[in-house]
Formats: sequence, structure tokens, C-alpha cells
Amino acid sequence: MIRLSVNGRRRAYAGPPFARLIDALREDWGLTGTKEGCGEGECGACTVLIDGEPANACLVPMGQLDGARVETVEALGTPERLNRLQRAFAEKGGAQCGICTPGMLMAAEAHRRAKGRKDREGICRALSGNLCRCTGYKHIIESVSAALKGKK
Amino acid sequence: MRGDAGSMTYLRPRDPEEALRLAGECPDALALAGGTDIMVAWNAGRLNGRSILDLSGLDDWRRVSTTRDGIDIGALVTHAQLIRHRELAAGWPLLAAACATVGGPQIQARGTLGGNIANASPAGDTFPALAVYEARVRVRSSRGGRELPFAEVFAGVKRTHLAPGELIVSVHLPRPPEPDRQLFRKVGTRAAQAISKAVAAGLLWTDSGGSVRELRFALGSMAPTVRRLRRAEEFLRGRRLDKGVVSEAARLLEEDVSPISDVRSTAAYRLRASQNILRGFLEGRLETP
Repeated sequence: MIRLSVNGRRRAYAGPPFARLIDALREDWGLTGTKEGCGEGECGACTVLIDGEPANACLVPMGQLDGARVETVEALGTPERLNRLQRAFAEKGGAQCGICTPGMLMAAEAHRRAKGRKDREGICRALSGNLCRCTGYKHIIESVSAALKGKK
Repeated sequence: MRGDAGSMTYLRPRDPEEALRLAGECPDALALAGGTDIMVAWNAGRLNGRSILDLSGLDDWRRVSTTRDGIDIGALVTHAQLIRHRELAAGWPLLAAACATVGGPQIQARGTLGGNIANASPAGDTFPALAVYEARVRVRSSRGGRELPFAEVFAGVKRTHLAPGELIVSVHLPRPPEPDRQLFRKVGTRAAQAISKAVAAGLLWTDSGGSVRELRFALGSMAPTVRRLRRAEEFLRGRRLDKGVVSEAARLLEEDVSPISDVRSTAAYRLRASQNILRGFLEGRLETP
């Protein structure tokens, strides 16, 4: 039995240890906020935090998560109470089709917590493992910038 | 075909002794560290039915320690750990710079130095830096341990000289004298999430008159395994870096590499880019601060 915390809630996992985190999140626990894009660690759509660090949930087998603390986009905020990053994405047009958005938000959240650089270069580096095919990144970067600077 | 979790035999040792025993008993088991390469292959259905020896529970192999003589990096230390490590950045900045170009933050946070080496990609971004720092790779099996000079680790594309049952425990980097010039440079299609077309690391020591005391220069993605430029290094010893000497060194580069044309680049581009990087470094135009 693998015991872990997912969004602050204790979970026990008894399935095959080589199943992927993304499948446990989406199929076993109904946490469909985390999206699967490429399934090979290229696009970052499935980014979650594992013990505070960003990771592609498509590349992590459940067996590696005993005792781990996993956070998904569902932990950031609720539709009624968006967190600062989510609000900035909504206000600045940081999301279009939305598939990359949960991963972008989680990568940005990891960067915010690590107290990373708030300039454009720092934000671009933090988001460099995440692909977006709609926005051209400009509005995403502006959204993260606004959230990190604390502007409304 | 997709990866089938139910088809896998999954072993997760709790301590190094158990890991070495299992590695000896199941020499066909694939050692798993951060999973950033293995899980890609598994997702594509290429590893179904295999045994996996997951080393990620071995906290003893996740440490970095520095001594006066050098730095010891546990096999399971992640690229992200190395990017953040102050002493590594001060003493071995080319390795820290290389780690920052591996994948993106998500890959850096899971992928490990030992896994990068064991995977033995011709394009391993950390390898030129490890080559010029003359790393020593410590391996163990249930029968004992040995130390491999980095230059003797790789047998070919995706192949190492590790014997069945041997696991990488740590990587030792001796502390080099302060170089007069140093360089890490990766050439890829984009800055992140790109496999190298060519990747270079260089260390240069000169004497007070400006002549070369020692050059160490290594290239990745230019041969089946990472290559030190032995010919150019030897040629430059004791010479001043004037125009003719630099050109001859760039010409000699060819003799230590065998670039190919593939999906990422052409042999001609790789050669030209590598020669330009070497020239830029020797002429003082390209440098890593």
C-alpha cells in the first residue's frame, strides 16, 4: 500500500506500483484538472508539485510516491476563490483553449514558492518546460508577472 | 501499444545493500532513478513485461558532500539540486550550467546525475562538463566496488561499461585549479526541452605570457560517446593563441569526433558549430562567467 497526501488529503493507493501518477489522479481520484498532453515529458501540461517541486505526472510511477506530498491545480483555488495566479490568468488572457493552463499554473506556483526571479527572463525559465499552442506565451508571461508583482 | 502497469515486476529496495543484492539477483532489471527517460519508453509501450529496480528510495545516494579535494555527488542527486548547490556553482560551474539546460524545470527536478550517466545518451548534456572535470564514477555490486574514470564509462550509444549487477553509487569531481577561462555551451533548436545538436565544455589555463598551460575541451552529440579533443589539447600545450594556432586547433577538432546527420541536425552543421564554439572560446569571445 502506498500512502501519500494529495492536495492535503491522505490517500492510500493499492493499484499496480508502475501505474502513472497522472492516471491515479484522473482515473482513481477524479482529479481531472491535471491534463495529459504528450505523455512523454515534453509539454508540461500534467505538471503537479511533488514535495513542492514541479514534476510531470506522466513520468512518475506511483511506487515512487510513498510518503510524498502531491499538489495539483485543484489545490490552488476554487472557482469562487481563485488564487492570485489564477485570477491574473483570467484577467490578463493567460488562457485560451485551457489544456496547458493547469500545468502553466503549477509551474508558476513552484516558481513563486521558490521565490524565483520576477523578471521576464526568470518567468520564461520557470515556464520553459511548458508548451502552449495558442497564446504565443505573451499573455501567460504577463499573467505570471502580474501575479508575482501582486498587481490586480 | 501503451505501457501496461500490470505487466511490470517492480522492485523497490529500501537501502543500498538490498539494492545491490537485488541488482545481482536480477541482472536484467532496469535500474530506475528519476524516470525521465525510462517512463517515456514505458509510456510508449517499449518496456512492458520488464523488471524495474527502483532506486528512488535510497536516500544515502541522494547527498552531495564537498571536501578540500573535491565534491562527491550521489547517483540520485537531481539536476535541480545541483543547480541550487552553492559549492558546486563556485567550484564546478560548468556542471551547474549544464544541469540548467537539461529538459525544463520538471525534468531537472526528477532527473538524476547517475541516471543521466547510466542512460548513456550520446547527447547527455552533463557529459562534456564531467569529461573536462575528469570525473570518477563510483560503481558497486554485491561483490564490491570500483571507480571508473569518466572517459572509460561509455561503451557506445546507450551502452556503458557497467557489468551486470553493478549500480552507479556516486560521482567524484576533483577540485580543479581556478581556470583562466571556462565555457559551457549547448546548441539546440530551442533553449529548453531540446536535445543537443552539439554540446561543449572547456577549461583553459594559461601562463603569465599568455601561452596555453592546459586546455581541456569536450564535445557531446558529436560521436557515439562524449569526446575530449585530445589532438587539439595536445597541440595547444605551450602555444600562444594566435590566429594560425586557433585555426589549426579548430581543424584538429575533426580528428576526435565523428558527427552524423539525423533528425536533429546534419554532420556538417554540427562540425561547423563545434568549431565555431572552440574558436570563440580560444579567442576569448565565448565564456561562461
